[in-house]
Amino acid sequence: MAAVKGRSVKIAGRHLFYFRFSQVLLYLFLTLLVIFTAMPLVYVATTAFKPLDELFIFPPRFFTSHPVLDNFNGLLVTLDNSSVPFSRYIFNSVLVSALVVLGTLVISTMAAYGLVKHQPVGSNVIFALILAALMFSPHVTQIPNYMVVEKLGLLDTYWALILPKVAVAFNMFLMKQFMEQLPNEYIEAARIDGACELQIFAKIVVPFVKPAIATLVVFSFVNTWNDYFTPLIFTSSGQMKTLPLAIQSIAGGAGASSLATAGTMAAATFVTMIPTVLIYTLMQSKVINTMSYSGIKG
Amino acid sequence: MKKGNLWKAWNQGMTSRQRHNVTGYLFMSPFLLFFFLFTIIPVVTAIILSLTSYNMIETPQFVGLTNYRLLLMDDGEFITALKNTFVFAFISGPISFFGSFVMAVLINRLKKGRNLFSLLFYAPTLVSSVAISVVWLYFFSGDRYGLINNALIGLGLIGEPIQWTSNTSVLLWVVIIVSVWTSMGVNFLTFLAGLQNVPTDIYEAGQIDGVKNAFQELCYLTLPVMKPQLLFAAINMTTAAFGVFDIAVAIAGMPSPDYAAHTLVAHLYDYGFIRFEMGYASAVAVVLFAISYLLGRLFTRVFREN
Repeated sequence: MAAVKGRSVKIAGRHLFYFRFSQVLLYLFLTLLVIFTAMPLVYVATTAFKPLDELFIFPPRFFTSHPVLDNFNGLLVTLDNSSVPFSRYIFNSVLVSALVVLGTLVISTMAAYGLVKHQPVGSNVIFALILAALMFSPHVTQIPNYMVVEKLGLLDTYWALILPKVAVAFNMFLMKQFMEQLPNEYIEAARIDGACELQIFAKIVVPFVKPAIATLVVFSFVNTWNDYFTPLIFTSSGQMKTLPLAIQSIAGGAGASSLATAGTMAAATFVTMIPTVLIYTLMQSKVINTMSYSGIKG
Repeated sequence: MKKGNLWKAWNQGMTSRQRHNVTGYLFMSPFLLFFFLFTIIPVVTAIILSLTSYNMIETPQFVGLTNYRLLLMDDGEFITALKNTFVFAFISGPISFFGSFVMAVLINRLKKGRNLFSLLFYAPTLVSSVAISVVWLYFFSGDRYGLINNALIGLGLIGEPIQWTSNTSVLLWVVIIVSVWTSMGVNFLTFLAGLQNVPTDIYEAGQIDGVKNAFQELCYLTLPVMKPQLLFAAINMTTAAFGVFDIAVAIAGMPSPDYAAHTLVAHLYDYGFIRFEMGYASAVAVVLFAISYLLGRLFTRVFREN
């Protein structure tokens, strides 16, 4: 397969690149598809920068000729005068997402190391429970979780948005799969040199699983940042809401979408999607590296 | 006692196996605490609660299987939710599964630009479905000026604009389209990573064995090697598909017109967190659990490695 490079394209006798008809077709097809999948996102990005008069043009234009920051000003200034400023929602989302990511990273890495490299009695049962927990959505446990959070007196606090989300089966599973790639010899060698468990963990395990850590940062951040159900249930005051709930209330509730708020909405959506897209772009190669080990041996 | 002595005493007092047990559980303890508190015990609690009548104020009353009987015999909205969730899952799940597999195969064949195409294809998964639903609502706007109505009228496919978000016969389809668009991501990454990991020598061996074209190569060589990834993706797809809620609420509202996009999680939310009938809502949760768990076990069998 690899030997077939296609037709060499030459100018003045010098080889420039190989041309394969099937590759060109593939690029064309994928470009069309990707335009379709990325279209709503491009639309958000361009609409966020449209001046007021262009928002109402029909037929709607995808691109704007005079990009302006009015919509962002609108978002920060007008909504700042309302009871809860938009910056508060951004702060809530950043704080909650950062703490969930940090929490899940620390406890999943530690647990995966304990499970894979020490294999204590009962580790099979624990792994079976983690696999089983992959098979149902977190909604199943929301009612008992609500009762626990209520009993602990944590309703409508940041803790309610953080604590139930740190021990996620999906994250633990990925970390465990990656941890299995760490050769035992590395750990044994360090042990012989007199390193204690915490040193082994900090100096050998953590550096080795960095790609998996990067992957958990992405998945855990995206998941928490975009989570709608958890804050819907656990928060009641406007002060504690995160971005997805805030956006829904700017949109004027479900099912309603008025042109009057179109610019502000696009700006809010744009602000919301930037961090996740950025983090994923930075970590993409590590994510794919980690997902190689995501298979479940049935 | 100095730290060094403590460490020595620790090492001498136990056999190697015991030391591994203690250290292993010490490292796992924070995870296990939260995992049991917020996942394992809650599943058991939900099953027990589903046999009670409980409103968060009075003590739970044991009522046996009454909640399940009411769900199945007396609750038309639940049956609608069950039906919608199944229609949703059995359409959007496979489309998303096969769609992301095909995309992964195609993008993996590219010589250059894999990362860029992957990013563009994955990007919808990165965006809050509630936020992006607003854009889709604008595309699906029910008047002539809605982008999609406008295009369909322009092409002469329809004469009158379709009321996408209030017409109960198309509402669920709008939810399915938007969901498929946002849900290709994680499976796509799993597949792409799996494809990049297939050892290349099996293709050389395959050519000797008479594998003729790319399609045969995929069926006889690639797919068997990728079974573990297929299983992981199938499980994730099932979990996500049966947990459909955000997009349905963002597109169709809560409750949706004539319950046309009512889902199991929406029903759970309605009874649990609006009416605070925790026992009844738990029965809904147990039904949701049973369906997705059983499908998960089924997939585990289908994709078992021989």
